[in-house]
Amino acid sequence: MMIDVCNLTKNYAGTTAVADVSFHVERGEIVGLLGPNGAGKSTTMRILSCFIPASSGTVKVAGLDVFTQSEEVRRRIGYMPENNPLHQEMRVREYLKFRARLKGLGRARSRERVDAVLAQCGLESVNKRIIGHLSKGYRQRVGLADALVHEPELIILDEPTLGLDPSQIRSVRQLVKDLGRRHTVLLSSHILPEVEMTCNRVLIMREGRILADDTPENLQKTVGKNGHLIAEIAAPLQELETCWEQMPELSHYTITAAEGDYHRCVLALAGSHDLRPKIFALVVERGWKLRELSRVRHSLEEVYIRLTRPESEEETL
Amino acid sequence: MQAYLTLTRREAGSFFCSWIGYVVLAGAMFLMGLSFVILLDKLQGEPTPMPLTELFVGGCFWLIVLCSAPIITMRLFAVEKSSGTFETLMTAPVSDWQVVLAKFTAAMIFYMLIWLPLLACVLTLRYFARGSSLSDPGALGGSYLGIFLTGCLYMAAGCFASALTRSQVVAAMISFAIGLAFFLAGFLGGPLDLQQGWATQALHCINVMDQMKDYARGVVDTRSIVFCLTSSLFFLFLASRVIESRRWR
Repeated sequence: MMIDVCNLTKNYAGTTAVADVSFHVERGEIVGLLGPNGAGKSTTMRILSCFIPASSGTVKVAGLDVFTQSEEVRRRIGYMPENNPLHQEMRVREYLKFRARLKGLGRARSRERVDAVLAQCGLESVNKRIIGHLSKGYRQRVGLADALVHEPELIILDEPTLGLDPSQIRSVRQLVKDLGRRHTVLLSSHILPEVEMTCNRVLIMREGRILADDTPENLQKTVGKNGHLIAEIAAPLQELETCWEQMPELSHYTITAAEGDYHRCVLALAGSHDLRPKIFALVVERGWKLRELSRVRHSLEEVYIRLTRPESEEETL
Repeated sequence: MQAYLTLTRREAGSFFCSWIGYVVLAGAMFLMGLSFVILLDKLQGEPTPMPLTELFVGGCFWLIVLCSAPIITMRLFAVEKSSGTFETLMTAPVSDWQVVLAKFTAAMIFYMLIWLPLLACVLTLRYFARGSSLSDPGALGGSYLGIFLTGCLYMAAGCFASALTRSQVVAAMISFAIGLAFFLAGFLGGPLDLQQGWATQALHCINVMDQMKDYARGVVDTRSIVFCLTSSLFFLFLASRVIESRRWR
């Protein structure tokens, strides 16, 4: 087991940032930590990376306690903090060399590793540039290269795609996926597609607690339940309404007018049964016209919104 | 050890990546050159048995120490804290002591560097006024020992001040205040001298100004060595505690 967090609590003066959190991460997993701002993601990551200690509870990385065996743990971790702080006045290669030596790599080994991560992160063309003069995307890659340079067992990335443009996000995402083949990765984000696409497992946090811990697919199934159907049909409104009323498989429905004679029906399903053939048969039987029939599953986004919505808001909805 | 050396090298190198380093170097060099010219001018009128270093220490030496120490040390921790690199630094496998010592060493290296022109002044004088007591090698050695020890004290205090805050200006002000307090303690000793007692003795022991005069004369007193080294260690200890404090706050 790579990460073993047990009843972790962190109090800052007066406030509780992380409250009684427990989770495990196996070797080779890519786990996403998801949550709104102030959910305790960064705090959890800082504790894991030995920057700050926990108020109570135990945190073990590769079987080593982060508080008592801090230096050993830090040797095994590659950590990229939020906002990716770097020494702006240094050159890319110089900085990575410095970090590699600081993390205890020998002279020859550090040269070899710096070359390797420069290639891995696509930094070869800028390796002599001053970090402060680089674009944000390149700087982000320098931060990633720094996290990778000592070949850590566990890589912790706090908001790795913060402030990047879509194409840069895509390249970082690809990089993280590639990393997952050889390392264990824990990343935090509040961008859903990123987590959905890269991670094997998602932990959703809110107000310092873990609300869900599962694969993205399972989360969609359990929280999103059955989803709904969308059908655009040209038919008299009255007839449509009576039809949907009589269908026991529907829990509720809404009909809105669409372009032309069409009505857009959103049909919420009561069971997991696929109603599409039945609706198609109905349309054919009645001689109506059908131009769209699709099934919508709850995306992770809805799962996330539902889980992370503050309780007061939940009651009013 | 490797982490310490790597960090020291980077820290020392970073002095030359910012204009602050060059400003301090240029300022110190200017003041040293100026006082050298003034001293030479005076010496032409009236000969003196004192070595040049002693004359110098009475002059702009303290101005350079008091002003350069806060400027050299203010960025050590404050910059890392405000830019966030402190987090990447402390999550690398290095101990708090290694970090504090590396930063202190780098500051000391730079500090000793700004005193090189003094050597040039003394050697120039030695070349032109051979055999004169002005350029006594013992006094020169003593001066450099004094410069080093005073530097230890001031750099350590600066390290501590910088560790306290994330603002460079505040760090500079704190370290200037500590430095000035040590400097002024020398003046306090005078008026209190009438009543002999522990206070006078204590003030005498921390009188860095008189101690420096002794060094410049070539007189090395172990009491002042012990004072400078222990107080430097004390400040470094405080700095490491401040760094560590994030763990128990």
